[in-house]
Amino acid sequence: MVLPDFSIALPEIFLACVAMALLMVGAYRGNKATSLISWLSVLSFIIAGLLVQFDGYTTVTTFDGLYRDDAYGVFMKTLCLGASAFAIIMSIDFNKREKLVRFEFPILIVIATLGMMVMISANDLMTMYMGIELMSLSLYVTAAFKRDSVRSTEAGLKYFVLGALSSGMLLYGVSLIYGFTGTTNFDVLAGLFTGEKEEAGLGLLIGMVFMIAGLAFKVSAVPFHMWSPDVYEGVPTPVTAFFAAAPKVAAIALFLRVFVTPFGELVDQWQQIIVFVSIASMILGAFAAINQKNIKRLMAYSSIGHIGYALVGLAAGTEEGVRGVLIYMSIYVVMNIGTFACILSMRHRDGMVEDISELAGLSKSQPWMAFFFLIFMFSLAGIPPLAGFFGKFYIFIAAVNAGLIPLAVIGLVTSVVGAYYYLRIVKIIYFDDPAEGFEPTTRTQSVIMTASGLFIAFFVIFPGPLLDGAQAAAAVLFP
Amino acid sequence: MEIGLAHYLTVSAILLTLGIFGIFLNRKNVIVILMSIELMLLAVNINLVAFSAYLGNLVGQVFALFILTVAAGEAAIGLAILVVYFRNRGTIAVEDIHHMKG
Repeated sequence: MVLPDFSIALPEIFLACVAMALLMVGAYRGNKATSLISWLSVLSFIIAGLLVQFDGYTTVTTFDGLYRDDAYGVFMKTLCLGASAFAIIMSIDFNKREKLVRFEFPILIVIATLGMMVMISANDLMTMYMGIELMSLSLYVTAAFKRDSVRSTEAGLKYFVLGALSSGMLLYGVSLIYGFTGTTNFDVLAGLFTGEKEEAGLGLLIGMVFMIAGLAFKVSAVPFHMWSPDVYEGVPTPVTAFFAAAPKVAAIALFLRVFVTPFGELVDQWQQIIVFVSIASMILGAFAAINQKNIKRLMAYSSIGHIGYALVGLAAGTEEGVRGVLIYMSIYVVMNIGTFACILSMRHRDGMVEDISELAGLSKSQPWMAFFFLIFMFSLAGIPPLAGFFGKFYIFIAAVNAGLIPLAVIGLVTSVVGAYYYLRIVKIIYFDDPAEGFEPTTRTQSVIMTASGLFIAFFVIFPGPLLDGAQAAAAVLFP
Repeated sequence: MEIGLAHYLTVSAILLTLGIFGIFLNRKNVIVILMSIELMLLAVNINLVAFSAYLGNLVGQVFALFILTVAAGEAAIGLAILVVYFRNRGTIAVEDIHHMKG
């Protein structure tokens, strides 16, 4: 018997061992070790990130073709690891102040991140499913993490029910695809549709539709978005910060991988569905956010809208489109981390506040935080020369070049509508009468705010490394 | 009459539909929702095993085993979340789950 090449999955194996070891530390030392475990998790993310880079940029498969490593995986995994690491760092202070110190939290994030990495590297529907479930099951638990809060447990329950429903639909799609093609391997599937046989049968088509529905749930695209506002609002804020970044990246990465690699030749058959989903998400994201009073709920609608823009790039179905999505998601993650560092700093002496009206007059009491809030809001709205503008720019260019001009136009219109509610926050911060000031921001929060603010502001000067990385990653999907 | 692939697929499609409707139409109890979720996953398993036997290919049965395992984990986590929710609210009626709206 020949053993498979384990070295290709080295970062994942490393993270799995770390998760188990940290669990032991937690079991013996109890909640006093939470800080230690948090920083060890961050350290292990850094090491895993280095291992991912070290693994190389060549495309290799292992475990009988179930698992794959390539430049695309390197790009997406680095992004996920970074986002998760920042989520843990941001949670440390917050959990201490809210008396939520439990050692399970960083460990659950490590396990969820492991699931994301498996999703990104999946080369088979089975690996894909295991990755999704590993991620989702950890996320359900993190959502209900604040055990004595009605809102948090209710959010966890809703997330669990709808998440399990989406996994069921995804699986049904997978079973149909397996039945009508006889394989679950991405490479074999891709081989089936090259050449003259470019028509999918009805069974396969239904399978694909079910899969799109399941994946749309995971990225919270309309019409499968209904869980996200409730979950974002109900869960503790560091968990929201985590949900908004890393799982979205992983799900989008999987979405791209599945629909570009195995089903790439069938682009005519799935393009309309993706176009519909993306238009609906952009419109809902722009209009539903207008009346929100809770900033976390607003961020939920904002992220639905952003996923809509990212799907425009997938709808294009070209290398340029995929590159646009990768750039968009990277910038989206940085913007979200920065915004949530600001949101986590919204607290009075007696606790955390979430109402947008509490931000009134922030420019007087905390000019720096107000300034960074302004940068993030402008960037989310897509105002040049901030990074958010370039994310949208590359996506829309790709859509236009792929002949999807109406889609690009709708995207532009909705981003103008969406700018209204971002600018409203800026108006409240700078022009409204001051409300009670917030407690000073903690040092970690300020550092994260400053770092992501600088990235957003100066992306226009140094876009090179990100563009090159995204280009190399996107090229892998189009051999 | 011989039982063929189409029969299995029909049964599994019916079970899946029952599962989905059980989640959306049920107004009573969250436990019923958990049962509906299991029903959906089992429908998928029937599908996979039927296809596997039909195609003479083992992948489907291996997949079904994985799904069974994950379904067990999923049910455990679902019940755990339900228990913490019950401790806070004292009820698990579906119509009472409306703390957040909008």
